[in-house]
Amino acid sequence: MPFGQGRSGGGRGRGDKKPGDKEKGQRRPMFRRRKVCKFCADKIDDINYKDAKLLGPFVPERGKILPRRISGTCAMHQRKLQTAIKRARQIALIPYVTD
Amino acid sequence: MADRQYELIYILPPDSTEQQASELHTQIEAVVSRMSGQIERTENWGRRRLAYEIGHFKEGVYVLEVIIGGGDLMKELDRRLRTMDLVIRHMVVRVDEEKKVVDRTRTKRQTESERRRVKRGLPPQRQPGEGRSADSDDDGDDRFDVGEV
Repeated sequence: MPFGQGRSGGGRGRGDKKPGDKEKGQRRPMFRRRKVCKFCADKIDDINYKDAKLLGPFVPERGKILPRRISGTCAMHQRKLQTAIKRARQIALIPYVTD
Repeated sequence: MADRQYELIYILPPDSTEQQASELHTQIEAVVSRMSGQIERTENWGRRRLAYEIGHFKEGVYVLEVIIGGGDLMKELDRRLRTMDLVIRHMVVRVDEEKKVVDRTRTKRQTESERRRVKRGLPPQRQPGEGRSADSDDDGDDRFDVGEV
């Protein structure tokens, strides 16, 4: 197999279990539920900056935007989410920082 | 030029009176009508807590105006609101293009699902009590496993 050493299938599968991984402490292989994009799953087309309740879960206590690798949001929706959050911050619906 | 749709949102201090708010609204209306625009609707959200302090205010009265007009109109409104002491924060967002995209995806999804249903020999609309209920297998939590890096 001259090409494609190791990793196959692109970098998408971060939420899957990885049986070959070196897991210290002999726990059973990490079994994570496959993360899905909330907006794709719930078929929310419009990510609106006025809807602070929708954006809320993506802005944890510190006020930072939750990264994609944790929320599982797809790239398109993360991009829309990002503009929505930034707009909502401008008009003080969502904090810039909190400590 | 085709007219664009904008959303103007502004925040008044919590101790502002109804009268002040309506005065400001008529001022905006005057500017909009003078520059051949049109206010589609106005929403008053009432008093809300601000997510952070602006000046020394912790609360504010939010007003949203959906305006149809050109870019120079919004520029003028923006300039006026900026100089106004009564308005503690304002923002203009153009919404027509995004709205178009949202409508298009929505109708596309609708027709697609109808087409598929008809192909399976079902009526195009979903019948009540059909399929899985929305919250059957997922517990629908909004929390994420923040622990993982």
